[in-house]
This record gives sequence, C-alpha cells and structure tokens, in this order.
Amino acid sequence: MNLSYLFDAAHWDPSATGSFPDLLLAHLGYVALALLIGTVIALPVGLYIGHTGRGSFIAINAGNAGRSLPTLGLLMLMVTLLGLGLLPVLIALTVLVIPPILTSAYAGMRTLDSQVVDAAKGMGMRPWQVLTRVELPMALPVLFSGFRSAALQVVATATVAAAVGLSGLGRLMIDGLAVNDYSRVLAGAIVVALLAVLLDLLLAQVQRWIVSPGVSKRF
Amino acid sequence: MSRIRLAATAAGLATALLLSACGSGDDPLASDDSGASSAPGTVTVGSANFAESELLAEIYSQALEAKGVTVKRQFNIGARELYLKALQDGSIDLLPEYNGALLSALQTGGAPEGVSKPEDVLAALKKVLPAGTEVLDQSAAEDKDTLTVSQETATKYSLKTIDDLKPVAGQLVIGAGPEWQERYQGLKGLEELYGVKFKEFKPLDAGGPLTVNALKKGDIQVGNIFSTDSSIKTNNFVVLDDPRNLYLAENILPLIRTSAKTDAVAGALNAVSAKLTTENLTTYLAQVQVDKKDTATVAKAFLSENGL
Repeated sequence: MNLSYLFDAAHWDPSATGSFPDLLLAHLGYVALALLIGTVIALPVGLYIGHTGRGSFIAINAGNAGRSLPTLGLLMLMVTLLGLGLLPVLIALTVLVIPPILTSAYAGMRTLDSQVVDAAKGMGMRPWQVLTRVELPMALPVLFSGFRSAALQVVATATVAAAVGLSGLGRLMIDGLAVNDYSRVLAGAIVVALLAVLLDLLLAQVQRWIVSPGVSKRF
Repeated sequence: MSRIRLAATAAGLATALLLSACGSGDDPLASDDSGASSAPGTVTVGSANFAESELLAEIYSQALEAKGVTVKRQFNIGARELYLKALQDGSIDLLPEYNGALLSALQTGGAPEGVSKPEDVLAALKKVLPAGTEVLDQSAAEDKDTLTVSQETATKYSLKTIDDLKPVAGQLVIGAGPEWQERYQGLKGLEELYGVKFKEFKPLDAGGPLTVNALKKGDIQVGNIFSTDSSIKTNNFVVLDDPRNLYLAENILPLIRTSAKTDAVAGALNAVSAKLTTENLTTYLAQVQVDKKDTATVAKAFLSENGL
C-alpha cells in the first residue's frame, strides 16, 4: 500500500488544476447541485403526498424504482442522448437523490400523531400554519435522515462524473487506473470515504440544531 | 457524544477495511497451473482477451491447419503480463502481437523516444525478446493510436495531417483516455513534436464508445480512436496522418517459440502477414464486432478470399 500520492504536498496546492482542493471543490459542487435540485423536486411532492395521503403509491413506487436504477448506466444513457457536459451528470445524480428525500418526506408526514394535528386545527390554525408550525417540525427528524442518506449516497457516487470527462474526486481513481498509479487511486478512495464521513457528522450536527427540542425530547 | 464516537469508530473500521483490501500483495493475474507443454508436432495458439487478438489467432490457426499442422487453441488468456508468461513456460507456442506495444512492455522504461517507425520498432523489439522466442515477418496491418476528426471538421479546417492542426488547435477540444494527459504519446508529444496545443482536453475512454459518440455529437472535435475501429468507416471519420511518427508503430506480427518454428509454420504465418492490412483487418473485425459473426467463420472467409 502506497500513500505517497496522498501525502505529496504538491497535490494539495489549491491553485493547481487536479489538486485535492480543486477536485474536492468540484466534487462538492456536483453534490450540492444534485442535492438542491433533488430537494426542490422531491420535498414538495413528498410533503404533499404525506399531507393529503393522496398518490402514496407514487411515493413508494418512485422511491423503489429510483433506487434500483444504476447511476453509471443512467449516466452513460444520458451522455448518449444529450452529449457530454454537466447536465447528464446532474440528471443521473438527481435521480439518485430524489427517492430517499421523497420517501422520507412522505413517511415523516404519515407517521405524525394525528391527535396533535387535530389539536392544532382545534386551536384555530390555518392549514398552512398546521403544515409549517406543527407537521413540518414534527416530521423533520425522519425527513432529515432521508436527506442525510441522500447526501451520503451522492457524495460517494459523484465520482462517476469523472467517467464522462468532468472533474471531481473520481478523477483520481479514473486517471490513476489509466496510468497504473494505484497510489493515486487509493488516495481518491480515502478522500471520498473521509469526505462522506465528515459530511454525515456535519449533517448530524445540523439536525441537532434544527430539530425542535420539543420533538427530539432534548431540553 | 456517543453518536460521534460511533461515527468515528465506523470511519476507522471503514478505513481499515479499505486499506486491508488494498494491501494484499497477491497478483490477481497470477495463475497457479503452469500448464503442460504441448505434444511434439502440435502448435498451441494463444490470444489476448479482446476480439481482434482472437480473430488474428484464429486466422493463424486455420492457416496452419491448411498446411497440415496440428493446432491446439488456447484463446482469451488475458493481458500481456499473463500470456507472455504462458508463452515462456511453453503452455502456448504462438500468438499475435503488436510490435510497438510489445516493445513498450519488454523494454525497461518503455519504448525509447524517437523509435516509432515500423522498421525501427521491429529492430528494437528483436533485441529485447525473451529467450527462446522470436517474431516472424510483420504485417502492414496496424492497430495504433490515431487523431481522428469528423468529416465536417476536416473539411472546415482542411485537415489532412496532424501538422494541419497547429493553426486551429486553439479552437478545438480533444478527447482521449485520461492517460493522454501524462503520456508522451499524448498531449506532451503533440505539443513538443507538432506544436499543437488544444483549447481543452476531455478525459474520456481510450478509443471507446464515449469518444466515438462525443466526436459524432461534436462535443469534441478531435478524438483518439484506434486505427482498426470500424466506427471510423461507419461515421465517415477522417484519420489524420502522423508524418512525424509520434505514435508508435503497432504492426501485427506473430510471436512464436523458437522450438515450434518449423519451415511450414513460418511459411504459413508469413503468408498471412503478407496479406494482412489495416483496411482488411478493420473490415473483418467489423464482421465480428458489428455483425456479431462467429470468429472461425470470419477467419475462414479472410483466408479463402486472400487465397490462403
């Protein structure tokens, strides 16, 4: 095992293309964009389905079908259809992000204590207030855990961007394999694994901040 | 606190697993059975694990059989590291090789710079062949790196050779395997030998479907495609000449154990090499890869159409 690539200071120079900071930034960019687009699509749909109970088969089936799609295969299909560029990568990653967020938003809303919702209505809250002040805060732990698992998956899978000529930490693995530089492949794998763990720890902390103490029972 | 500790433990475990998985020193390509030497009078023909090598091995086999030589087929062995070992220990006697790639593999430090013409490569190769093996006549057929452009690009910038790229390369995007960024026979050589510097380099696959598709769609204007790839013909791509011989010659030639080389064997194989060209190999290979025909049928057609 050879860690020389990982610990070579020249590979940590932020101004050089292909350095760890450069690739990390690009990688996080793909992750952030995919999470943003995926959340914008999946969250309202999941909340609506959970809130009204209508179309729940969509949430369940879309979730299951989406999870079974191989990202690399989908990416290659998109590249064949759309050509090279950021768009095919974003589509493939967004498809990966949507199922966990959609199903967790739906599940979070469905598992609410209906008596609490009734009480909120009884106090004279409007539907919008019921949603934002009661349902959402109470569904947040489940919902956010879905977001965390989506983030974790996409941070590891965003390496596929390198397979179609883009940047990101996958470059280390793909280029390393191409030139028989296993030290570089190993460095890429370690950095991606560490990034995934760090991101999850960070999101766990965010979850503690944003979940209401009344829900998490931590006063 | 406990959650953080759990996560940290998980991270540690994951890293340990990863490292131990990478740390094992076993060579995944090494095979245990050394393979018995073939019976006297029989020639065991091997091939690498890709379609072109298998087709060539089948052509060699049928050409030998036509001359009354008993042939044992041992195809699809694997990568060069593996089949060279098989050749040296006598489990196979003969296989199709590429002069440039074989030279790069045998010469420590790779093929010397400046050696790229077919005859130079062959001369250099003969000096480094493993003991007990030799090469026969090399054919005109080459499966080598090319710079290829679409018909439209070629017309628009009137491109015929790599030299013609020099004034316009600044507007063009090139796509090739990721190794091109670092290899002399990639971007470095293009810049040093031809003074060609492209606007952008897109790391794709080495002459694979991604590169072909990107060239078709215009995402890249110049692509690295192998010279026997049938997609060149089907898409009307234009292969740019390499007048300064940046790319190593990759002539196809038989690599054989001296013990198996009789006059009949050498005669039959040299007759095949004399007929083999890049164009006819591309055509016959396309029958295997595009039309999904059986290798043996295609090899037979090649031999009968060339009077062998």
